[in-house]
Amino acid sequence: MFAPQLLGFVSPSINWWALLPQMILLGAALLILLLSSLAPRRSSTTFATVTTLSAAITAYFVSIGLWYDVEREGASSSIASAFGVDGFSIFFTMLILIALAITALLSHHYLDREGIDPPEFHALLLCSAAGAIVMAAANDLVVMFLGLEALSIAIYVMIAMHSRRSEARESAVKYFVLGAFSSAFLLYGIALTYGATGSTNLVHVREYLDAVVFRDQHMLMAAMGLLLVGLSFKVAAAPFHFWAPDVYQGAPSPVTGWMASIAKAAGFAALLRIFFAAFASHDSDWSPVVAVLAFVTLVVGAVMAILQTDVKRMLAFSSISHAGYVLVAVQSASNDGTAAALFYLFTYTLMVLGTFAVVGAMGSDDDHPLTRYAGLGRSKPLIALSLTALLLAQAGVPTTSGFIAKFQVISAAVSNQSYFLAGAAMVTAVIGAFMYLRIIMTMYVVDDDESGPSPVWHWTTSTVVLGTVIFTMVLGLVPQFLIEFAEQAVPILIRG
Amino acid sequence: MSELLRSYLTVGIFGVAAIAMAGAMLTIARILRPQRPTRQKLIAYESGVDPVGGDWAQSQIRYYVFAVLFVLFDVEAVFIFPWATRLEVYGLFGLVEMAIFIFILVLGLFYAWRKGVLRWV
Amino acid sequence: MVELVWLIPALPLIGFLILLLVGSRIGEPRAGWVATTAAAGSFLAAVVVLAGLLGKDAHSGDRSYELVLFQWLPSGSLKVEAGFLVDPLSITMALFVTGVGALIHLYSIGYMHGDPKYSKFFLYLNLFLFSMLMLVFGNNLVVTFLGWEGVGACSYFLISFWHRRESAATAGKKAFVTNRVGDWGFMVATFAIWSALGTVTYTEIASSPAMSAAAGTAVSLLLFVAAAGKSAQLPLYVWLPDAMEGPTPVSAMVHAATMVTSGVYLLVRMNGLLTDDALLVIAVIGAATALFAALSAVAQHDIKKVLAYSTISQLGFMFLAIGSGAYVAAIFHVITHAFFKALLFLGSGSVIHGMHDEQDMRKMGALRALMPITAGTFIVGWLAIAGVPPFSGFWSKDEILLAAWEQKNIGPLLWFVGLVTALLTAYYMTRQVILVFFGEQRWDEDVHPHESSWTMTLPLCLLAGAAIVGGGINLPLVKEWLVLEHFLEPIFAHPHHFSSGTSTKVVLAVISVVIGVLGITIATLAWLFRRIPTEQLEPEFLENAMYVDSTYARVVSGPGTSSFQKAADFDKGVVDGAVNGVGAAVRKLGQLIQPAQSGYMRNYATGVAIGALMILVVLAWGLLL
Repeated sequence: MFAPQLLGFVSPSINWWALLPQMILLGAALLILLLSSLAPRRSSTTFATVTTLSAAITAYFVSIGLWYDVEREGASSSIASAFGVDGFSIFFTMLILIALAITALLSHHYLDREGIDPPEFHALLLCSAAGAIVMAAANDLVVMFLGLEALSIAIYVMIAMHSRRSEARESAVKYFVLGAFSSAFLLYGIALTYGATGSTNLVHVREYLDAVVFRDQHMLMAAMGLLLVGLSFKVAAAPFHFWAPDVYQGAPSPVTGWMASIAKAAGFAALLRIFFAAFASHDSDWSPVVAVLAFVTLVVGAVMAILQTDVKRMLAFSSISHAGYVLVAVQSASNDGTAAALFYLFTYTLMVLGTFAVVGAMGSDDDHPLTRYAGLGRSKPLIALSLTALLLAQAGVPTTSGFIAKFQVISAAVSNQSYFLAGAAMVTAVIGAFMYLRIIMTMYVVDDDESGPSPVWHWTTSTVVLGTVIFTMVLGLVPQFLIEFAEQAVPILIRG
Repeated sequence: MSELLRSYLTVGIFGVAAIAMAGAMLTIARILRPQRPTRQKLIAYESGVDPVGGDWAQSQIRYYVFAVLFVLFDVEAVFIFPWATRLEVYGLFGLVEMAIFIFILVLGLFYAWRKGVLRWV
Repeated sequence: MVELVWLIPALPLIGFLILLLVGSRIGEPRAGWVATTAAAGSFLAAVVVLAGLLGKDAHSGDRSYELVLFQWLPSGSLKVEAGFLVDPLSITMALFVTGVGALIHLYSIGYMHGDPKYSKFFLYLNLFLFSMLMLVFGNNLVVTFLGWEGVGACSYFLISFWHRRESAATAGKKAFVTNRVGDWGFMVATFAIWSALGTVTYTEIASSPAMSAAAGTAVSLLLFVAAAGKSAQLPLYVWLPDAMEGPTPVSAMVHAATMVTSGVYLLVRMNGLLTDDALLVIAVIGAATALFAALSAVAQHDIKKVLAYSTISQLGFMFLAIGSGAYVAAIFHVITHAFFKALLFLGSGSVIHGMHDEQDMRKMGALRALMPITAGTFIVGWLAIAGVPPFSGFWSKDEILLAAWEQKNIGPLLWFVGLVTALLTAYYMTRQVILVFFGEQRWDEDVHPHESSWTMTLPLCLLAGAAIVGGGINLPLVKEWLVLEHFLEPIFAHPHHFSSGTSTKVVLAVISVVIGVLGITIATLAWLFRRIPTEQLEPEFLENAMYVDSTYARVVSGPGTSSFQKAADFDKGVVDGAVNGVGAAVRKLGQLIQPAQSGYMRNYATGVAIGALMILVVLAWGLLL
């Protein structure tokens, strides 16, 4: 039927350089597994940590090189337009790598303490980081789905690895089943997108939507709705957030930090690429829906947080309300809004990782009651001070990066004339502040019965906490460079 | 009705027809067959072997591990078969790709072996 | 070399950070040396920057260098930079702030010996120095305000440094509350300037078109309120005498030489905005403060209280100079005053130290033999402040009196008030010197006064040297000798020139010298030779500083308290009630939606499904519309 030469396979041009960061990560994962299986006895934690760290750092330098390439030559895409190489993808790659390094440091001591097999944990961590990068860079919905599953499946296992704790297993199963459930929505959304536009490639989708005026756009609407459901689940936006408190509470603290930061950031990366970049011509359709989601998420996150007595649950609801702020930025469907979302995600990632570093050091017992923090201000003043700084930043207090982030989000909403949402964001910020202040109050005001809590401290943890606190405070005073970085990282869809 | 939905209509008609056919066969059989139940006849059919114990039986966890490993390595065949049919067209590029793919799987198998998963204890 | 300006505040900041991290670990005396090294390094950096500035052309505007570090608060049309402005004014301020500051750091090493919070003291000193330099070098009002609040905060920390002492804690609170009034003035002035001119950066303010007369006067007066709070002018001076509760080096550095002059700096910096009406107000209040404080100083018994009132009085002189338009004279006096007043305070600290924490002058006397260096240097300070030529105080005070004389509206009156103040100054300082160092010995047998260690006497000697020759930076009569005036000239919108002829100048100078000598003579007769009955010279009315402070206290605790109580009730009932109501409502809402968080996976899956349905409905709704 076809001439043979038409059947001849032409491999798409591949920009290997752009794929290098995730290849380094996957290579490191394989290396860890290989060497640990060759080692006669239980292999050391240090080896795994050092390998992960060096992979993250090497990949980071590669991304810096990529950033300058993009700056010089402009954005491009690779593998038949399936993989974007733009400021956006490199921004997230850098963020993910920073979070990866931090999580590797945090888990170092944690794995030893809890007796979890280090090579497997680190291999999974590296895989999920690679998945997150793929998700942020994918220009094709199928590739994006691949990244999302690589990220999620690794996380399911990482949660369950603490197998002696039944809470961890429960969390893993909950997250797995519900995650699979939401993946189905996402997949259906991808299928309908293909049905409506004839392609899963976002570049083609965008070009098609720009060129064609629909007489009947039911299918496109349904596609958008289902994609939104799948990604909202990943970023824990209400009413798809129910899993978050239970899973955050049960998961090991370093994994919770990783989920709260990177699973969320990657989800938002996909959301922005699909909706802001590909469905740009239909923003009047999806923007109101995202606005509703943002509002519900803000309210649920702030209101539910103040009812909690468990610190990890509090932080789970706080991370839900943070998702609400990012959604406020997303719904403005503007370059400013996207830059605000990127800025928010960057600062939030570091804040939340620092916070969970402290939480992880406070012990790994099954529950994490607020009373455990009573008297910390006296028994461990430096730790208490660091936690205070991070919590104030999450509350959005001026002179911290959290303030600048919230300010940017709200100003994007205002310039988009979403006054109601901007007002809601401010009010919920106040309500949310109550929860953060409650933790701070407990540390400083409430008297402890005994000698005070005695967190298990390790130099890796202190490094992370110190680093994130310094970053948070410095950025509160000198936000300019990150603002400019975020402004240059708005996603671009280019045929490659 | 759009073209797409019309094609789904065909699927729907097929489904209805299938259910109707199966239902009709069972109903007709029920009406036609003689019904003289004995105790022996009501025992669940187990390929001619008498059933022992309850229907909630536990099986060895080792089977589970093996089953998972089997599925894992079975799935690779899904990728290898289509590649094998078009081997010349993909050329060296395809060969290298497949080598990497199989290498990673072998590495997994190696890891499982070293961790003692394959040992039947 | 001017680019190195960032080093000047950075060094004390580094010192502060070091002490913050390891201060208590390195302990005494290393913490003191770290702080002193930072301060001295800052001084050296200032000298280098000065050299760089002098290397540039004086007249082409090159001597104004801005170093912008980063955009600090980009917010709408308000763009605030974190930047430094190096010009003759800021470098002049920085030189004496760091120079005198470094000496006082050195002095404190000995003075604070044995204090349990030794390293914390130096931590505050370095933080203070950093804040003061931010105040001076800030290239806009907001950065200056940052420093302004920073020095304020350090000042409260240091006043109540010995916070276990009730009076010290109260004094800190008083300083805090009084200064808020001034800070309010600063903030409102900043807002007003921004709304009128659209900028808060000094160079842009200077090149902006003039404001309307009314707005200009309002802004000038607000700035003066700010200055009056920080620089202890009537009626906001009350915190400064109490601030003597702090350690003596603090009194010398923060409450005499540097921080209290930041009000003067602010007004000089903003000289282009000050209107004639406002200047008149400033001149009158300055003169009134000078006279009032000098009168109060006459009858004090506490060795530091005399100096505190004297400081207020001298600050009044500086504002008198500003009000008369003689900004150079004001800055000149700021500098000479920093030398001799720091010297006097440190000398008094040395005395207090040698007398084992005795501050009552009635229990001193005849200390000159036992503390020769302290006595000698103190006498230098005394001659300087009393206006005896050729000591530094004479030159700057004389220039202020001349400026007051030439004031357009009520010049002779201002001059006369200044002259009376000068007489009183000479009198009370002579009284102090005699009571402390001369006459008969009045201390108890078990007190053994002794000279202080070299770390304390070396700064005294250096400051004494500066107090003697400090006037040399701006000698009158020969035009070329007015070094300071020529140096500062580029920063003024309307440079001030004395109109009087040489003969007037000489006559006025002679009068002021005669007045100074007269004051010294009276005091000598009264207190050394006991020719005048001394009881009447210390009326209770003056000892209590005309009861101003106690009247304030009575108003605040009487009708004040009841109105505060009402405000508190309003806050508790209405404001808190509203807040608590909202809080309860939020809690209710939370309890309402909490059951959804059941822990059952099936319910969560239902939630996801309902959410999906919701989204689809919203989208379909959009389609229908």
